[in-house]
Amino acid sequence: MEAFLLQLAAGIATGGIYASVALAIVMIYQATHHVNFAQGEMATLSTFIALTMIQAGLPYWVAFAGTLVVSFVMGALVERLIMRPVQHAPILTHVGVYIGMLLIIGNMTGWVFGYTIQMFPSPFEGGKPMLGGLFSSHQLGSVVVTLAVLILVYLFFTKTSLGLAMRAAAYNPRSARLVGIRVDVMLALGWGLAAAIGSVAGMMVAPIVFLDPNMMLGILLYAFAGALLGGIDNPPGAVMGGFLVGVLENLAGAYIVGTDLKLTVALVIIIGVLVLKPSGLFGRVVFTRV
Amino acid sequence: MNASPARFLLVVAGLAAALAPLWVLESFHLFQLTMAVIMSLAVLGLNIVTGYNGQISLGHGAFFAIGAYVTSILMAQADWSFYATLPFAAAICGMVGYAVGLPALRLGGLYLALVTFSLAVAVPQLLKHKALEAWTGGVQGLFLMKPDPPRWLTSVLPLNADQYMYLNVLIVSGICFLLAWNLIRGRIGRALMATRDHPTAAEAMGMDIAALKTGAFAVSAMITGVAGALSAVAVEFVAPDSFTFLLSITFFVGMVVGGVASILGSIFGGLFVLFVPNIAESISRAAPGVIYGMILIIFLFLLPEGFAGLVRRLLAKLSSPGNPQPK
Amino acid sequence: MLLEVKNLRAGYGPTQVLFGLDFAVAEGGVTALLGANGAGKTTTLRAVSGLIRPEGEVLLSGQRIAGLMTESIARLGVAHVPDGRGTFMELTVEENFRLGAYTRRDPDVAADFARMWEWFPRLKQRWRQQAGTLSGGEQQMLAIARALLLRPKLLLLDEPSFGLAPLIVQDIFAILRRIREESGVGILLVEQNANLALDLADHAYLLETGRIVMSGPAAEIRQDEAIRRSYLGY
Repeated sequence: MEAFLLQLAAGIATGGIYASVALAIVMIYQATHHVNFAQGEMATLSTFIALTMIQAGLPYWVAFAGTLVVSFVMGALVERLIMRPVQHAPILTHVGVYIGMLLIIGNMTGWVFGYTIQMFPSPFEGGKPMLGGLFSSHQLGSVVVTLAVLILVYLFFTKTSLGLAMRAAAYNPRSARLVGIRVDVMLALGWGLAAAIGSVAGMMVAPIVFLDPNMMLGILLYAFAGALLGGIDNPPGAVMGGFLVGVLENLAGAYIVGTDLKLTVALVIIIGVLVLKPSGLFGRVVFTRV
Repeated sequence: MNASPARFLLVVAGLAAALAPLWVLESFHLFQLTMAVIMSLAVLGLNIVTGYNGQISLGHGAFFAIGAYVTSILMAQADWSFYATLPFAAAICGMVGYAVGLPALRLGGLYLALVTFSLAVAVPQLLKHKALEAWTGGVQGLFLMKPDPPRWLTSVLPLNADQYMYLNVLIVSGICFLLAWNLIRGRIGRALMATRDHPTAAEAMGMDIAALKTGAFAVSAMITGVAGALSAVAVEFVAPDSFTFLLSITFFVGMVVGGVASILGSIFGGLFVLFVPNIAESISRAAPGVIYGMILIIFLFLLPEGFAGLVRRLLAKLSSPGNPQPK
Repeated sequence: MLLEVKNLRAGYGPTQVLFGLDFAVAEGGVTALLGANGAGKTTTLRAVSGLIRPEGEVLLSGQRIAGLMTESIARLGVAHVPDGRGTFMELTVEENFRLGAYTRRDPDVAADFARMWEWFPRLKQRWRQQAGTLSGGEQQMLAIARALLLRPKLLLLDEPSFGLAPLIVQDIFAILRRIREESGVGILLVEQNANLALDLADHAYLLETGRIVMSGPAAEIRQDEAIRRSYLGY
């Protein structure tokens, strides 16, 4: 029983990471109705930038905030310079551009920061195992951070005018313009926000899996699975999906297929959801109806 | 340009260009060219389902891997001859392609791209799994041997194994290209494109969309699978790490840069993905991937129709400079 | 003059649709733009609101707006209810309202909401419902409410009667009458239903294949023999 609980706890902890990346993915989707394949690479780059700041002597939370800002700017720039010119192009071109970014950003990170695995500090270090020994202090801390980001994002989108404007710009750009919304600005903001959230995910993951340019690829897959499971246009759903995927992955890995096939579990989840219920477990229902 | 003598000359010129390397190039470059042709074939496969039919697949590396492994297992473990394995590999890939095409019916655009991308990421892991190790050779992979040219051929035309391999690849690819070309310019090709551009209208006109789309996946998988089989023998080695998601991305890049929905484009694409990474490396030893990605994005911005599109436009200008062309 | 349009030309890509229109909307007045399908009425509204980029002169209270971006023109006080109504289908009625008032910073927004609830009680009933689930008539009311919440100077309406049952259309036009009487908003009304349009308008223009072929006070246009035969049906 205890082993099971440990697996469950580990699942929730890793699920928290998937949840935060899933959140970034859904954010982009909310703002642009696109899925950014290069999300993981951008998050990794952000994490390296954070490490650089920390190694330069900045206190952790200052570096954290600084990274958020830098990531936001990066995301907005990517939208302006790379996505804007192909705005009206067919989906195939968009996918090509995401892949191009994946290659550029991924390789640039390796080039600038090197490929050796690095340690990344956790702000929650040094605590005792919590909740009956099931969670390390970092695991618990990162889950809390993920949930906090989620709540902020949820409130942003539902309660604020700006969040509403961003959603409107994504759903119906023409009508959004007609009510005076600067759609182009909304898109850039959406990308910036998503990049910032991705950087949070990166900074929470890195202490666990250690930082190297290829850190995010597997995580991205699980995050996609989580986002799809919860519903691609549904932030709370995506977060729940992320946690679910983490738990399923760990339990399946421990009891069913063995650790070698954990990635396949993600694949099966993705296919299963998209075939059985494309709008995800929680679909769009949560947001637009009360 | 449509006159028969001109076309005939073009075909002859093409054949000559294709066969010339046998005498002109030495082993290593001939091997590279062999791989380029194989890549072109793989890109052709992708073009059938993504370019002509609009179903975005970022997982064609999986079909390539299956073709490669079927051939390798049959040759290494069951001692089949290379030629016998080809139809087998094609058939199995076709079936898997069909199986993928079925759930793909419910997905569109980005979702399908996502699923196939996940497939591509998961493939190496699957191939390394212990349950299959006895067959696949696990992480270490399997070693193969190129077939030797038969006596009756070498008595007429002295060829070594590398040259023979090139010839084989050329013939098999040639057949596949011919079949694809025939398919595309006929009724089925038009149906594929109609389904891509106006699915509701196509359905209203009585086309069996489901059959078309799953069929497209099957054929596409078959062709890319055959390319995989050829590559296994050309390289004389298969291992799971040869088939990461980067392979699927490579095919996609080749299709886009060469020219989507274009037979000629597939050929360009294959040449591009084989030779440009080397060029990228010579531009920047440290970050070839960055250059490669930048070239891709530049193409998407400036030449969305790829090399083939550029050629098409140039030819149109040359053949009838004054005539108005319908779009 | 609230809106002055001179030599308006516009089209889609290589296809020109409008060939030099001259028309105007007075402050607080209602101007009708009549014509058959394909005459260019919708294109005209799009050219004014900036959804397509026109050539020629478009002056809003003397200010040049031709060539400005759609969102800038909206912020200057032009509310366009487009063909298809332009409702945010996936969002709730409440969210549609909030979006209508998005650009406003004045404290009267709450009062305007209340006024819209009074004019359109059904929208208040369906406050938290997804806009896409509303009936055609309700969506049209929502579209009009959303436009009014902008507190516009000029209201552009593209075929408000389109696809609606006659009784609902009567309701809609009663609302339009209220708008004319109670708010100072100028209205440029595009309608295929010439009867209703001429009833409401002060001034009317007749559009045929991208050119204005007739213009004058609505009452006069109503009496015109040719108009009666072709557009009014008697």
